[in-house]
Amino acid sequence: MIRVVLPAHLRTLAGVNGEVKLDVAGPVTQRAVLDTLEAAYPMLRGTIRDHVTHQRRAFVRFFACERDLSHDLPDAPLPEAVAVGAEPLLVVGAMAGG
Amino acid sequence: MSRVRVLVGTRKGAFVLTADGKREQWDVNGPHFGGWEIYHVKGSPADPNRLYASQSSGWFGQLIQRSSDGGKTWEPVGNKFVYDGVPGTHQWYDGTPHPWEFARVWHLEPSLTDPDTVYAGVEDAALFRSVDGGQTWQELAGLRGHPSGSSWQPGAGGMCLHTILLDPSHPERIFIAISAAGAFRSDDAGKTWRPVNRGLTSEGIPNPTGEVGHCVHRIARHPSRPGVLFMQKHWDVMRSDDAGESWQEVSGNLPTDFGFPIDVHAHEPNTIYVVPIKSDSEHYPPEGKLRVYRSRTGGHEWEALTNGLPQRHCYVNVLRDAMAVDGLDPCGVYFGTTGGQVYVSADAGDNWTPIVRDLPSVVSVEAQTLP
Repeated sequence: MIRVVLPAHLRTLAGVNGEVKLDVAGPVTQRAVLDTLEAAYPMLRGTIRDHVTHQRRAFVRFFACERDLSHDLPDAPLPEAVAVGAEPLLVVGAMAGG
Repeated sequence: MSRVRVLVGTRKGAFVLTADGKREQWDVNGPHFGGWEIYHVKGSPADPNRLYASQSSGWFGQLIQRSSDGGKTWEPVGNKFVYDGVPGTHQWYDGTPHPWEFARVWHLEPSLTDPDTVYAGVEDAALFRSVDGGQTWQELAGLRGHPSGSSWQPGAGGMCLHTILLDPSHPERIFIAISAAGAFRSDDAGKTWRPVNRGLTSEGIPNPTGEVGHCVHRIARHPSRPGVLFMQKHWDVMRSDDAGESWQEVSGNLPTDFGFPIDVHAHEPNTIYVVPIKSDSEHYPPEGKLRVYRSRTGGHEWEALTNGLPQRHCYVNVLRDAMAVDGLDPCGVYFGTTGGQVYVSADAGDNWTPIVRDLPSVVSVEAQTLP
């Protein structure tokens, strides 16, 4: 079970409290987790990554295991601790705006 | 007794203000979508409880929200705005080609007859339409594909399509306006378009009387006279009596003819309202006095409306979509400010009072008249 922590505004949009838990088929990558997340919560489509290009929105970051994974390739494996559910993948709204 | 519902979009959420026909005691409901920019909220003329809201943020992009109960509850619908075909380029601020990039929805215009049909005016300028209640959106690409499209440039606020006027007497006719391309008209339901800017003069563009390039801020018209249009341009208040074929300046005795909104009295097609703003580099009322100006002659002759409005130390702005009228008699007039006030006049502008004083900066105001 993959654990995902969404920023507050996206939790409100998706109507969830706390962590989201996802069953991800196949290798656990950013793309696989986001595909699964968006399938479960279609209202999140376009809010984390572009609808068409799937490029991460500029002010959204991906953290896990105290690392910034935002610039990792979308098909790179996520850390083992995320893949086994020991650590969550954090979707973060970047600190911005002064 | 009839009621009114005022839909307010702000920089940090949406608010729904309701009152009975006296328009004295108001219920304030909100914020909805707190923390998000709400550029526009508008109800369907065919079903007043069907509302659409444009919700966006710099972090998470664009969302469209839909309500079927007059704003009590909302559901997110489709937010996939993809330009038709290869997007191509328009001119950037420095004159270089710049790819069309979707930024946000500025204006939502529900169909006059079908609650599930709604138009969206977006930045970078394009017109989209949904016929399934906002679930999916298709671009009416003939507009952006006009031969002048590659020469359009953004205004300071971005290259936004901010005005959409549907014609009750001519269902195939649509007017739109873009900052800073100008006004366009379609007579075939959005398939093809042509600029309707003859008579506009804009200093500061290479050809001041060019076919396109004008920074139109807002166009309004009365539904009983859809061929008579009133325009607040960047500078100049303009009027067309021939559905945009030609324009004449009607700024008359206004203290300044810069401003953003313009609207028309619900029952007097020749009574119009503007809010003069000192200049394009100052964006606040002249002399620190917040004054609505009313013309009962369709322009040229204007009177200041000041009762109840701050007449000293007032430096707010009133944005292009932040003025509306209701359909009651006497006509109610509403506007919101960047200082967070929403003012109402229940007597066509003679007297004003704030409904709320301390909202986030107001972007848009719409008024609905309910049974």
